[in-house]
Amino acid sequence: MNPTSPDAEPAVLCRGLRKIYEAGRGSGRKRAGEVLAVEGLDLSIRRGECFGLLGPNGSGKTTTVEMLEGLLLPTGGEVRLLGMDWAHDESRLRERMGVALQETRLPEKLTVEEVLTLFRSFYQRPRPLEALLADVQLEEKRRAWVVKLSGGQRQRLAIACALVAEPEILFLDEPTTGLDPQSRRQIWGLVAAYRARGGTVLLTTHYMEEAERLCDRVAILDRGRLIRLGTPAELIAGLGAEHVVELELEAGAGQGALDEATLRGLPTVTEVHLSGEGVWALAAVEPERAVPALRALLQERGQRLLRLGTRKATLEDVFVSLTGRALRDD
Amino acid sequence: MTESRRPRPVVQLTLMRLREMMREPGVLFWTFGFPVLISVALGIAFRVKGPEPVVVGALPGVTAQARDALASDGVQVRPLDQAAAQAALRSGQVAVVLVPPARPGEPFTYRFDPARPEARLARATVDAILQKAAGRQDRLAVRDQEVSEPGSRYIDFLIPGLLAMNLMSGSMWGIGWVIVEMRVRKLLKRLLAAPMRRRHLLFAFGLSRLMVIPFEIALILTFARLVFGVQVAGSYAALALVSLAGSASFAAIAILVASRAQNTQTVSGLMNLVMLPMFVLSGVFFSSSHFPEVTRPFISALPLTAMCDGMRAVTIDGVGLLGTLPYLAVLAAWGVVSFVLGLRWFRWG
Repeated sequence: MNPTSPDAEPAVLCRGLRKIYEAGRGSGRKRAGEVLAVEGLDLSIRRGECFGLLGPNGSGKTTTVEMLEGLLLPTGGEVRLLGMDWAHDESRLRERMGVALQETRLPEKLTVEEVLTLFRSFYQRPRPLEALLADVQLEEKRRAWVVKLSGGQRQRLAIACALVAEPEILFLDEPTTGLDPQSRRQIWGLVAAYRARGGTVLLTTHYMEEAERLCDRVAILDRGRLIRLGTPAELIAGLGAEHVVELELEAGAGQGALDEATLRGLPTVTEVHLSGEGVWALAAVEPERAVPALRALLQERGQRLLRLGTRKATLEDVFVSLTGRALRDD
Repeated sequence: MTESRRPRPVVQLTLMRLREMMREPGVLFWTFGFPVLISVALGIAFRVKGPEPVVVGALPGVTAQARDALASDGVQVRPLDQAAAQAALRSGQVAVVLVPPARPGEPFTYRFDPARPEARLARATVDAILQKAAGRQDRLAVRDQEVSEPGSRYIDFLIPGLLAMNLMSGSMWGIGWVIVEMRVRKLLKRLLAAPMRRRHLLFAFGLSRLMVIPFEIALILTFARLVFGVQVAGSYAALALVSLAGSASFAAIAILVASRAQNTQTVSGLMNLVMLPMFVLSGVFFSSSHFPEVTRPFISALPLTAMCDGMRAVTIDGVGLLGTLPYLAVLAAWGVVSFVLGLRWFRWG
């Protein structure tokens, strides 16, 4: 036997992870009326890594994270955290991880300080209150009731609760959903500072910019399945083109004036997608060659442009290209 | 040093509950203001007045002599004509109507409804006075001794019932509703994601109730004593024991009721389903002895009945600790069964 040190194991490891929500009791086989939330997920997250789970609502992100956090029992598959498993090491694992659930409403009529003291009481070695308040920049709000905090401040408090005992793994389920851009950047700062101290982060998001900024690697989930895994740069490179040309024709332009095959024939264009709002998105390796050819094509067909622009390809384009659907409907 | 400064989870969880309660004006009102208001309202509605006077109606033709004899013995006599007498009798304004003899030599008539106790009483009173005025001699020497038993007024009956009802509502809302609210807010799940022990949370719920109960009881008892002169005949230790057992029992029932409910509307409905029948059946406001005999064993087995009866046994009959045992047994049975089932079915997520 090869004695392996638990510390050599990945921070998070799961194999064949599945979850079926059942109407009643039953076995692991899927039946009519059941909802398959996660289907056979394999993930391995290294220590010190920031790993992102990406996907639209209902893709199984939260279900996956809650199974990894030991809050939801998997229907099948194996989960190991820090070389330990939930069945045998629950209390040790809880000491060593931090969790911010999607939209937890902390006790509204407690002060920031009281909430942090409550969470500090659960851990063997909590960090000092002052350090926690300083980390999340809530020193001035320490005596304010939770109900009086802004959305960003509440989310920072939730993250402070997760950081109470300097965990080795931090789980963040949609940490910035619904926040304004400034609050979002503050949260990103917190995550970066935690990583700089050597922490491992698993976060879910449906903001592509967030994933590109924070994550070393991302897994794209769709309908409970892993559809792509890699660094943001790898995934974008997988499109075959780093630029996107977007165009919209003037209203009243004849339908069928443009079609996918024609656009795909333009120089260096690798992908073509038409959104529900009538915007064409062309992935292009060399937009400086694709755009003049596009203009010539439109002139020849007597079409007039409402809008034309080029930008760098994002993970959003990766998702659209993989699923044919937009990531967010909002 | 740092170890000693580490906050204790049970203390912090208990403080959380107490702070949430104290900082919520609505909770304070329902816990402390409402029972006092109810006892004021019902205490005033059923306050003890002097003995009700006997009121009789007299049709034209009843002699002044007879009327004077009745009036001098404290009977109120109202001269009425036929129609007015009928109406007054129907509505209970007079208990008996005196009908004079149609012609001399014929008997007096007492017109009254024998189904009404006060009418039978009035008939007997009027008859005794008129017979005496007509010269009847009493053959038996008698003497009256008037007593007023402490604890026999309605308010003495009501206050222990209100105490029991209040402790029941306190446990049900303060634990059942709060658990479901924490579940809806995902706070239960968040606490479980930390290394919090489940028993610490349940223990803190109990402890926070335990710290409020003495104030609830003291407030109602002090108020009842100052305003209505209600006394506790038995020992305060026995009262505390019944209160504690009742509260604990309802705390367990609250955990059972809240074990699966996924939103606060469901748990409100379930709690009303549990509590409303007991408000009616268990004799909080009126003695449950009015219900048919066959229902008595069932009603006695209800936890609120046990708590009400146990409270009254202490405050009115003055039983000691031992005397409360039968009530404690009923409460303990409900508590243990509910707690075991509640924990088995409990959903944290």
